[in-house]
Amino acid sequence: MSATGIGASVKRKEDIRFITGKGHYVDDLNRPGQAYAYFVRSPHAHATIDKIDATEALKSPGVVAVFTGDDIAADKVGGLPCGWMIHSKDGSPMKAGAHPALAQGKVRYVGDHVAVIIADAYAQARDAAEKITVDYGELPATVDTATAANSGRPQLHDAAPNNTVFNWHVGDKATTDAAFAKAAHVTKLDLVNNRTIPNAMEPRAAVGEYDSGTDTITLYTTSQNPHVARLVLSAFVGLAPENKLRVIAPDVGGGFGSKIFIYAEETVCAWAARKIDRPVKWTAERTESFLSDAHGRDHVSHAELALDANGKITGLRVHTIANLGAYLSTFASSVPTYLYGILLSGQYDIPAIYCEVDAVYTNTAPVDAVRGAGRPEATFLVERIVEIAARETGRDSAEFRRQNFVKSFPHQTPVILAYDVGDYPKALDKALELADYKGLGARKAASAAKGKLRGVGFSAYIESCGLAPSAAVGSLGAGVGLWESAEVRVNMVGTVEILTGCHSHGQGHETTYAQLVSSRLGIPIENVSIVHGDTDKVQMGMGTYGSRSGAVGMSAISKALDKIEAKAKKVAGHVLEASEQDIEFKDGKFTVKGTDKSIDFGSVALNAYTAHKFNGQELEPGLKETAFWDPTNFTFPAGVHICELEIDPQTGVVTIDRWTAVDDFGKLINPMIVEGQVHGGVAHGVGQALMEAAHYDSDGQLLTASYMDYCMPRADDLPSFKVETIETPCPSNPLGIKGCGEAGAIASPPAVINAITDALGHEDVTMPATPQVVWRAAQKVATKRAAE
Amino acid sequence: MVHVSMAVNGRQVSAEIDPRTLLVQFLRENLRLTGTHVGCDTSQCGACVVHLDGEAIKSCTALAASCDGANVTTIEGLAQNGKLHPMQQAFQDNHGLQCGYCTPGMIMAAIDLVNREGPNLDEAAIRHGLEGNICRCTGYHNIVKAVMQGAREMAAAATPKAAE
Repeated sequence: MSATGIGASVKRKEDIRFITGKGHYVDDLNRPGQAYAYFVRSPHAHATIDKIDATEALKSPGVVAVFTGDDIAADKVGGLPCGWMIHSKDGSPMKAGAHPALAQGKVRYVGDHVAVIIADAYAQARDAAEKITVDYGELPATVDTATAANSGRPQLHDAAPNNTVFNWHVGDKATTDAAFAKAAHVTKLDLVNNRTIPNAMEPRAAVGEYDSGTDTITLYTTSQNPHVARLVLSAFVGLAPENKLRVIAPDVGGGFGSKIFIYAEETVCAWAARKIDRPVKWTAERTESFLSDAHGRDHVSHAELALDANGKITGLRVHTIANLGAYLSTFASSVPTYLYGILLSGQYDIPAIYCEVDAVYTNTAPVDAVRGAGRPEATFLVERIVEIAARETGRDSAEFRRQNFVKSFPHQTPVILAYDVGDYPKALDKALELADYKGLGARKAASAAKGKLRGVGFSAYIESCGLAPSAAVGSLGAGVGLWESAEVRVNMVGTVEILTGCHSHGQGHETTYAQLVSSRLGIPIENVSIVHGDTDKVQMGMGTYGSRSGAVGMSAISKALDKIEAKAKKVAGHVLEASEQDIEFKDGKFTVKGTDKSIDFGSVALNAYTAHKFNGQELEPGLKETAFWDPTNFTFPAGVHICELEIDPQTGVVTIDRWTAVDDFGKLINPMIVEGQVHGGVAHGVGQALMEAAHYDSDGQLLTASYMDYCMPRADDLPSFKVETIETPCPSNPLGIKGCGEAGAIASPPAVINAITDALGHEDVTMPATPQVVWRAAQKVATKRAAE
Repeated sequence: MVHVSMAVNGRQVSAEIDPRTLLVQFLRENLRLTGTHVGCDTSQCGACVVHLDGEAIKSCTALAASCDGANVTTIEGLAQNGKLHPMQQAFQDNHGLQCGYCTPGMIMAAIDLVNREGPNLDEAAIRHGLEGNICRCTGYHNIVKAVMQGAREMAAAATPKAAE
């Protein structure tokens, strides 16, 4: 392994601009003559829009234009689509209401977009918003997830009776019911997966710009997938043809899923720029992010686990109600279905599983993918019920898991997925050792002596990543293929540009991708640049989410590098006057086998372009290759996380004392970056478990719309983490990569709650387990003890 | 409009501005020093931390006009003669950043923490000291490591000067 090649913890190339304040985020960008957009948002969760009077607003200083939903509809610019078709169990297609970029006739959540005011300065647009009069006809709101589909609830969309988008299912009901009929023990669990708000630190932003000379729109936007944004805005929204629309996502300050989607604001900025023939800029204020970024999770579930007399799991039955909010966001329908239901086997050999999911509309912000997307919800359910089953039947948490682990591969689960490779007992053993599980008893006693309660919680998670084989997702309803594309452009003197359809917004692609190229071509990583985030530069792409940039994005680069190597060998053969078959390529040098005749990579590149040494009709000049990689399977990162914590029963404050993670991500490109991804993921999941929650009141007002009310994990809420890996290389891609970006967020919530419930000795704890929740739960224990 | 004049990263600047202009807006829009970021509107996230007369402040909460005559240092003013400040270097060395958005504020806050409390900071002191800065990417683990290294190296860099 070289110091900068695959497997080395190379310091990140991109850091220099970020630590010196020279990053280029969308809000850093100003275009000549730009105007500023301010969105007038609904203060009501559910209301008819009876009249919008912008007369006074239009007279306000600096105001250029005011547009409403009627204006955008008059231009035949359509609504925002949901890109994944789900069919209900009766075979009917999902029932989706219209999702206009600016509301038409009705608003359906607090923060819904009613009008846009465009002015010379942002403050002027904001001031003018005070002068716009909107007559609303208030309607009762549907807010609660569990009861949204009940009869008599206020209806959001005519197209979706009973606020129901679909009733989906997966698995076999009859065999699952039969397993339960024979069960020696059944564990039952009701649980809520709390709604969270993604909170990338960079708020969403957009600058739309129109060039009337070429009739081209350029949209600078905070996107994880600029090509998908262009596709949706062209083919579905009808903004402009793809060849007349350029989408640029420069440095993006975190995504966590929330910047996958095509939102109203970005759409309106691009459309309005053409309308007024001036660049239009919008940057979200944080409260706007809380109100209108797609939220995550929000499931209400009932689950049952069947065991035989020996403690073998024989069946799992799940019913989930998934809240999708007021409109279907871009990938909303896929999250509680093909990213959730098919993960319910966890790491376990469960012969029968049946899961039903009812997806509902409510008068709340749209819900879509947030770091993990469906898989954290599945893992929370599986790891909670498995833990409770172990406790109910008097079995050790670790050994009960080990007994039920999948141990031979490939393993076909009853819910579509086929796991390719893994070693679950090995990860468990290593985690138990690192966490000093044997010493837990002594630590519990020490805590008890101080009046504290100590608990340990396990989470043995699995995820499906590397999204995804195109034909497979197509058969499941995806509107797109999930390949990735790459272009390797070797310059004339041997420096290299890699153009990728993936997008880096914290993942460090400029370093890891360069490590791959450096390893393959034997050139210094300084000689490799990564180009991403611009539809005019990069041929095509599907973007970054679902831990796909390594497993899919780098596989595409690897495939293009294969072609580069093959072509370069031909060129080297001509230069060295040897047969192409006799050329060996190693450490950046092309050598004629068995001789000392060689030429370095840079010289081959130059020869490829000068084309003096070969016939340009027989061998094309140049050294540039493209590739599309379509995966043959999902990848299956898995691991064991162990949370050990202490509770102060007097205050309910939870202190995480130690966190141990042992993950199997297959081959690692840069262990330092991988560990960083795990740290961040765990922090995100601990946030959900202990403090984060989006609270709407019964009228649909968002009560947590600032950092004063929505509790984000801060440095002193978290411990340092012990993170290690095991490695079973992924067999379905050339680099053996599985992906690591979401694992921490998937693994951590059940580890925390299992630890709290272990400490308290009862299961009645909900997320987020705030001090108040934990204090109440601790009081219950104290009251029970007093009564005994 | 009001007249404001201050030194930013050692350079004297002045402008006629709308009285409600925040310091962060003045830095970003008037001076185009876009390294200072805005992550919230309630002074909670710390992405906008700069140094005002040597002390950390959240520049989203100060009116530019109130900083008339002050000395302001932003992330762009830390590196000297092409050499990174030890805290900047420590963030790269320890992978203390991912998306980079909170990073300028985090680095400015960390330097202020060391200036205030000295270089011998333990993990708890660093975690407590960074409470006013939110990072969504790193889980803080590597930020804490970075600040420990940065503190040590700030002390080492200061020592020869003290001896002189």
